[in-house]
Amino acid sequence: MSLRQKFENVAPLFEAGGRYHKYYPIYEMVETFVYAINTPTKVAPHVRQDLDLKRTMIYVVLATIPALLFGLYNVGYQANWVLQGMGVTETEGWRSLILDVVGYNPNNIFANVIHGLMYWLPIYVVTVVVGGACEVVFSLIRKHEVNEGFLVTSILYSLILPPNTPLWMVAIGIIFGVVIGKEVFGGTGKNFLNPALVARAFLYFAYPASLSGDSVWRVVDGAGKLDGYSGATILGVGANQGPAAFADFGFTWWDAFMGFVPGSIAETSTFAILLGGVFLLGTKIGNWRMVAGCMIGMIGLSSLLNAIGSDTNPMFGLPWHWHLVAGGFAFGMIFMVTEPVSGSMTNTGRWIYGALIGTACVFIRVINPAFPEGMMLAILFGNIFAPLIDYAIIKANISRRMQRHV
Amino acid sequence: MEHYLGLLITSMFVENMALSFFLGMCTFLAVSKKIETALGLGVAVVVVQSITVPANNLALQYLLDDGALAWLGFPEANLRFLSLITFIGIIAAMVQILEMFLDKYVPVLYNALGVFLPLITVNCAILGGALFMMERSYNFPESVVFGFGSGAGWALAIVAIAGVREKLKYSNVPPALRGLGVTFITAGLMSLGFMSFSGVQL
Repeated sequence: MSLRQKFENVAPLFEAGGRYHKYYPIYEMVETFVYAINTPTKVAPHVRQDLDLKRTMIYVVLATIPALLFGLYNVGYQANWVLQGMGVTETEGWRSLILDVVGYNPNNIFANVIHGLMYWLPIYVVTVVVGGACEVVFSLIRKHEVNEGFLVTSILYSLILPPNTPLWMVAIGIIFGVVIGKEVFGGTGKNFLNPALVARAFLYFAYPASLSGDSVWRVVDGAGKLDGYSGATILGVGANQGPAAFADFGFTWWDAFMGFVPGSIAETSTFAILLGGVFLLGTKIGNWRMVAGCMIGMIGLSSLLNAIGSDTNPMFGLPWHWHLVAGGFAFGMIFMVTEPVSGSMTNTGRWIYGALIGTACVFIRVINPAFPEGMMLAILFGNIFAPLIDYAIIKANISRRMQRHV
Repeated sequence: MEHYLGLLITSMFVENMALSFFLGMCTFLAVSKKIETALGLGVAVVVVQSITVPANNLALQYLLDDGALAWLGFPEANLRFLSLITFIGIIAAMVQILEMFLDKYVPVLYNALGVFLPLITVNCAILGGALFMMERSYNFPESVVFGFGSGAGWALAIVAIAGVREKLKYSNVPPALRGLGVTFITAGLMSLGFMSFSGVQL
C-alpha cells in the first residue's frame, strides 16, 4: 500500500463528520508536510503562483544549511580547541558517552561537527517539541492549520542561541515566542514581530546574566575540574578594550569572516551566511532591497561615527567591515530582515526599513554600553516601524498621483 | 550643543514616555486605532508638552523652589509642596489659552487638533513631563528641549502603535483578546523593541 493510499484511508476519520474531526489540523499538518497542497483557494483573490507558503518556508530552511553546518563545526572546534589546550581527553556528563568515542581533536572535522551536534540537537529538539506542541494546541482550538512557518521559526531560534543555553530556558523562550509573538495574533502571517526574535529577546531580558552577548561560552562540562570557560566575543572586546585589542585576543578579520570565532551557534561565519543569502536572494524569497538598505544604513552610520571619533568610547572607531562580520549582523540581515511578514511591504519602504535596522544596529552597538550586540533589538525596532513606513509611502504615492491628475 | 542633542535623543527614545515609562496609557491605547487620529493627537501632545514644561519650569524657578521667592523678599520660603497642584493648574490654563488662541487666529490647526487639546489636559504624560523636569532639576533651555523631546517621543510611539494596529486589522485574534486585550500585548511587545535603547548614556 502506498503512502498516498494510507493517507486516503485515514482521511475520512478526520474530515467533517469523522470520529477524529477535532484533530483535523494534525492530519492536515502531516499530509501537507509530505505532499504538496492540492486544494485550490476557495475565495478571491486568486493568484497563480508556484511559490506557495510551503515552498517559501522550505527555501528559507535550505538557505540556513551552510550556516548551520559551519556553526556545528565551529561550536565543536571552539570547544575542542580549548580542551586540547588544557590537555583534556575525556569529559563528564551524558555527552561524553559519544564524545569520548569520537575524540576531542580540533583538527578532526568529524569530531568537531559531532561535538557541535551534541549541543545544537538538544536545543533544536526542545524547540520543536515544546514550540510545536503550542502550535498544535492553538491550531486545534482555533481551527487553523499548522504550517511550515514554525519550521523556520524553530530553526532560526535554535541557531541564534548560545550553545550552552539551559534547555528549560530554551523551552520558556519558544513558548513565549510562539504564543505571545505569533498565535495571539492568529498564527503564521498575522504577527507583527518576528517570533524567533521575540523568543530570543524575551530570554535576553529575562535572563540577562546568561545571554548578554559580550562573552560567550566555549566549553561547559570540560573535565569536572573546570566549571566553564567563557571566551570574549568580538563585540565584547570591542566595547571593553577597543578594536585595537582584537589582535591580542587572536581575532583577525579573515577568521571572523570565515567564522572561526566564538559566538551563537550559526552567527559566526559571515561567509556561510552569505552563501545562504545568495540562494535566498537568487530565488527571490528574500527581497534584495531590504538587505541592500541594511548594508547602506550600517556602512553609513559606522563611517560617520569613524569620522567623528571619540576619546572615551573605543567602539566609535570600529570600521564597517568589522561590523559586518562581528556578532549577529550578517545572520540577522540575511534571515531576519528579509522576513516578509514583519517587514515593510512596499519597495521604497523596504529600502527605508533596511536602512533603519542597519543604523539602529550600529547605534546600539556603539552608543549603548548595556548591549554590545544590537542586531536582534534593531530588527525588533524596525518591525515596530515597518507598518508606519508603508503607510507613509502609500500616502506619498497617493498624493503624488492626485497631483498628476488634477 | 552636544548636551542638548543628547538630551533630545534621550527623551525621545531612551526614556520614551509611552514605551519605557508607560505614561499616558489611557489615550495611548484608546486613540490609536487609526494613524491619522493618532498623528493629530501626537502633534497636540508635542505642542502642549513643549509649552507647558518650560512654563512649569519658570513657575518652579521663580515661585515654588527653595528660596525662589527671594525676589519678593521671602528668601526662606519653600513652596515646593504646592508644585503638583500648580503644575496641573498651569497645564489646564495653558491648554485653554492655546485653544482660544488657535480658535481665533489659526482655525485650520484648531479644526485639525479638535477634541484632542482639551483631552490631553488630563494626560498623565503631560504632568509626568513636568514632574520629571522638577525631579531632574532641568534649567530653562533644558526644559524646552526635554519638553519637545518627550512629546515627540510619545507622538512617535502612538503613531507607531496605530500603524501596527492598522496592520493587525487583518489578523485573527482570539475573540477573548480582541480590542483592548491584544492592544496591551502589542504595547508590551513594542516596548521590548524600545528596550534596545535602555542603558544609553548621552
